[in-house]
Amino acid sequence: MKNFVVVAGNGLLDRRAFLRGGAALAAAMTGYTLARPAAAAPLADDPWSRAPGTNVPAYGVPSRFEKSVVRTLSNPNGEPRTQHGRTPHHLLQGTSTPNGLHFVISHAGDADIDPEKHRLVIHGLVKRPLLFTLEALARYPMVSRMTFVECGGNSAPLFSSEPIQASVQALHGLASCAEWTGVALSTLLEETGVDPKAKWLVAEGADAPTLSRSVPIAKALDDAMIALYQNGERLMPGNGYPMRLLLPGWEGNMNVKWLRRLKLVEAPAMSYYESRTYAPILPNGKAYQFYFLQEVKSFITHPSPGLMLKAPGFYEISGIAYSGNGRISKVLVSADGGRSWAQAALHEPVLSKAFTRFRIPWNWNGGPAVLQSRAWDEAGNVQPTRAQIIAVRGQAAKVPPVTAFPSQHYNGVTSWAINSGGAVSHVYA
Amino acid sequence: MSTRELTAAVLISAANFGCLAAGPDLGRSIDPAEIAPWDISIQPDGTGLPPGSGTPAQGAPVYAQKCAACHGENGKGALSAAVVGGAALTNGIDTVKTIANFWPYPTTLFDFIRRAMPYQQPKTLTNDEVYALTAYLLALNKLIGENETMNAQTLPKVKMPNRDGFIPRFPDKL
Repeated sequence: MKNFVVVAGNGLLDRRAFLRGGAALAAAMTGYTLARPAAAAPLADDPWSRAPGTNVPAYGVPSRFEKSVVRTLSNPNGEPRTQHGRTPHHLLQGTSTPNGLHFVISHAGDADIDPEKHRLVIHGLVKRPLLFTLEALARYPMVSRMTFVECGGNSAPLFSSEPIQASVQALHGLASCAEWTGVALSTLLEETGVDPKAKWLVAEGADAPTLSRSVPIAKALDDAMIALYQNGERLMPGNGYPMRLLLPGWEGNMNVKWLRRLKLVEAPAMSYYESRTYAPILPNGKAYQFYFLQEVKSFITHPSPGLMLKAPGFYEISGIAYSGNGRISKVLVSADGGRSWAQAALHEPVLSKAFTRFRIPWNWNGGPAVLQSRAWDEAGNVQPTRAQIIAVRGQAAKVPPVTAFPSQHYNGVTSWAINSGGAVSHVYA
Repeated sequence: MSTRELTAAVLISAANFGCLAAGPDLGRSIDPAEIAPWDISIQPDGTGLPPGSGTPAQGAPVYAQKCAACHGENGKGALSAAVVGGAALTNGIDTVKTIANFWPYPTTLFDFIRRAMPYQQPKTLTNDEVYALTAYLLALNKLIGENETMNAQTLPKVKMPNRDGFIPRFPDKL
């Protein structure tokens, strides 16, 4: 242990320990596990070492041993209501969510759109209404950016009055991050021209419910994109194929999928989703309106409920931090329920409005511990503790089902307790 | 080529490129008549509401036939949420949001029914049916009288109970 400096309570080590420790430390690391330790046996050549493997597929899929790395579905039989697919953060690493695991919320299934027939219309308070085919848009100058998309209702189970025992996937799985490529909306609005009276635009999808949201024109002209590609390939159907509105850092529902129409208007339409769904009720009976921003947030993915610590020793604590206000500037981690904190290393590059992976080495002594992370963004915003956010926003009187949305826009701290057996549970601390 | 000739050539090229700098311009101009079938946007002040009208009495049979299977008899809820009643919002942050206790604008009701309902056959209702269903639901919630007619003029004037119950979260973003 002499090479590693303990920097906070309960065994948190200096974040640079890995850089100094190098291979020796990596070898000493004990991994998190979902399975039991295997019995020792002499080394031998396994069947895959003694015969050629399978044919290379035209489109690759993960190993058959990774079948458990999937989204969890809220409505797998397609009953006539919303379907949610949640990202398994505890089974992923890095910052880029694989396309098949990107979270999806579809209010009436995933639209099955023929790209040849899809059209995007921009009209309303413009000088020249225009219709774009996908073929036309694909010829425009493209922009690419890594950005997260997060449902305004992500993490809603943490509004429960008691901590709900569930995985990080169930609690925080309605956020994902991808590299999106498409046409800057400002490029298209330059061509239509914008009437100075236009203060909002109403975005609308080609899906069955014709989902519609109002967006301030300033955001549309700032960093909005008509996204055509997701991590290099065309958008997944569940993420809006063949095109979606991308509003980096803003409420997922506003990033209208299957986008077919943008109408520039003077005032918001007060659509169902903006006037009802994403307007969280406050304890005094009033409600926030036009929340829009996904505020600074972080949570630990490794370890997290469902991942066991097999034995005392070295582990890497890691997780995800992000802010709709820009870059993450700092993440602190505690192993003693917030009594002491140490700064985590941030995986480079740290990108604006994108997932940032944080990591810190930890020497677990085998005793009880409570892990927390807390993030800061470059705009100076700090992630609130749960007590701070609940003081303003209230909490549900009863314990709701884990799939329910007792409120929206929870960005407070998440706490994981480790017991002496190495099991991880969700606690309020 | 001398430096002066080269400079002149570059300047001519630059001038030519300058003429091409208008952008891709690959969109097709489209006039409002062509957009009209898609242009279903409605504003809270009533802008965009189509011609047509309906009463609660006209809405009741449409509701029974096309809505009750999910939303229950008389709006009491079944597979899908109830569309009548609602608790006071001070009952808790997880109070179920309803037309009566939460929705700030009556136009949203018309808009959402027209674009998204019935769930299995959206965009199949006539405008008269949408006005009639809107009237039926508003009357069921005692927000209009049983004999009132909803149309482009009357609907925006219906005062919803929670109209003034909202606080913009980030006013500087609007």
